[in-house]
Amino acid sequence: MTRQRTRWIPTLILLIGALYCVLPVLWIVIASTKTNDELFSTAPFLPAFNGGFWSNLDALFSYNHGIFGRWVLNSVIYAIGGGLLSTAIAGAAGYALGKYRFAGSTVLFRAIVAAVLLPQILLAVPQFLLLAKVGMTNNYASVLLPQLVSPFAIYLCKIYSEASVPDEIMEAARIDGGSEWRIFRSVGAPLMMPALVTVFLLQFIGIWNNFLLPFVMINNDHLYPLTLGLYGLMIITGGQAAQYSIVIAGVLVSIIPLGVLFLSLQRYWKIDLISGGVKL
Amino acid sequence: MSGPRTATAASKPRGRGGLLPVALVTPAVVLLLLFTIAPAVYAIFLSFRRMKVGKGLLGGGKPTEVWTGLSNYTATLSDSEFWASLGRMLLIAAFGVPLTVILSTLFALCLDAKRARLVGFARLAIFLPYAVPGVVASLLWGFMYLPATSPIGGDVVDYFGTKGIFFSVANVAVWGVVGFNMVILYTAVRSLPKELFEAAELDGATEFQIAVRVKLPMIAPAVAMVALFSVIGSLQLFNEPTTLKPLANAISSTWVPLMRVYTDAFVNNSIYEGAATSFVLIAMTVAATVLVSAVGRRIARRSTR
Repeated sequence: MTRQRTRWIPTLILLIGALYCVLPVLWIVIASTKTNDELFSTAPFLPAFNGGFWSNLDALFSYNHGIFGRWVLNSVIYAIGGGLLSTAIAGAAGYALGKYRFAGSTVLFRAIVAAVLLPQILLAVPQFLLLAKVGMTNNYASVLLPQLVSPFAIYLCKIYSEASVPDEIMEAARIDGGSEWRIFRSVGAPLMMPALVTVFLLQFIGIWNNFLLPFVMINNDHLYPLTLGLYGLMIITGGQAAQYSIVIAGVLVSIIPLGVLFLSLQRYWKIDLISGGVKL
Repeated sequence: MSGPRTATAASKPRGRGGLLPVALVTPAVVLLLLFTIAPAVYAIFLSFRRMKVGKGLLGGGKPTEVWTGLSNYTATLSDSEFWASLGRMLLIAAFGVPLTVILSTLFALCLDAKRARLVGFARLAIFLPYAVPGVVASLLWGFMYLPATSPIGGDVVDYFGTKGIFFSVANVAVWGVVGFNMVILYTAVRSLPKELFEAAELDGATEFQIAVRVKLPMIAPAVAMVALFSVIGSLQLFNEPTTLKPLANAISSTWVPLMRVYTDAFVNNSIYEGAATSFVLIAMTVAATVLVSAVGRRIARRSTR
């Protein structure tokens, strides 16, 4: 009796949780197969096969001379460019703080720990005000630059380099005549790879999902990332139910590729770094 | 790692790296100064300024920026709409934070339960929403709530009503973060020493008792961290209500504090008051962070005793 109970209660709870998380996505997949009329007239969880899917995708990608494709491309540029650069910056700074002592290194590390507490999103409007003052808004740089440095990422890299780059190996490389730069490149960086992959994925998701920063910085729809573009599409079509199927197709296209990518990459990132890194 | 680690602190080469460490931290320091420190300082500066309409008849002449003391702060703090927006945010947090903490803890413990099935599938499925941007999640749920398209009874339940909207917004936020927090907590459970559970099992404890009496107290610090992140997250609520606004009349343009900052700065063109409100919010977030982490530390200390 106990055997039965212990097996099914947790399984049931997990199943309900999985359903809660997957059902909305499943609904979008099904809704995207329907034409606008079918959307309001057919059963919600039954797909339609009257060519609605392709006509919706076609309408989405031809909307406003194919601007949707441009938004996808922009998001990829922001997220991959920003992700790679910010990982390099955080990795370099974390390695320097973790493996060396130099003038001001302790103060700098304390400042970075304090900066982790600063809510980045709340800084978006001040960042806009400052960049507007020097006339630097409404371009790719205005969205990329403020997201290049993440105090939390530096913190993770510092902790990780301390624990995983042994001084003995660095010392041995020095005796062999390797320069400090060479040691960083061929000893430090490879050993820090798990932390760097984790930081890259966190930054990638953070930038891909960011809405407020591009929302305040950009007013040219050719520079919109996907999030902002879909929001604009909803504002424009929000009044007219006749356009819902375009938005639904847009939601689908922005979920599925990223969802597949992250579910397949899940094993490569070390979330335990995050839970171990942040000690209260 | 513990052996070499103690040596690390002692033998850290002082000045040994020459210019390399300084060169390595320079990009981070420059960017931090330009895009974190400078905007914050500039916002504080602006919050003490205001535009003065030019003198001359009919208020002609060029308006100039002048010091104004604390007037932007008193304007924000004495505005009942500011406190109302804060109250709405707290109400959403009152739904969302406990729901996030309870669900992610429950799922993490179930994942770790012996003899549970479909663990791999459930882990992936519950984690999936984390890959969905907040704006897209809000659109997704917007269609779920919208009476015309709702598959979950939106024609009967008013998800966009003046009361229902709080639950609806909180639900979108919870949906997005529960999987990530579950994975953090699951990692914490798995790093606990297995011998403890075996000992408890030998003593006749049931799986449920082990989960609640042994595992739960031991992951209390991680649970406190999840709670902390959820509280900080709810203070920064913006994407979900902004995206749902075109669908829901109950959401005003100053519905939560961050929406008010945006409306001040971009719709009403009053960047000075917007800057003051920003700074008040930043101060509140930092205070909440410190408070919650202090409470978390106490819980952690009690559980290890």
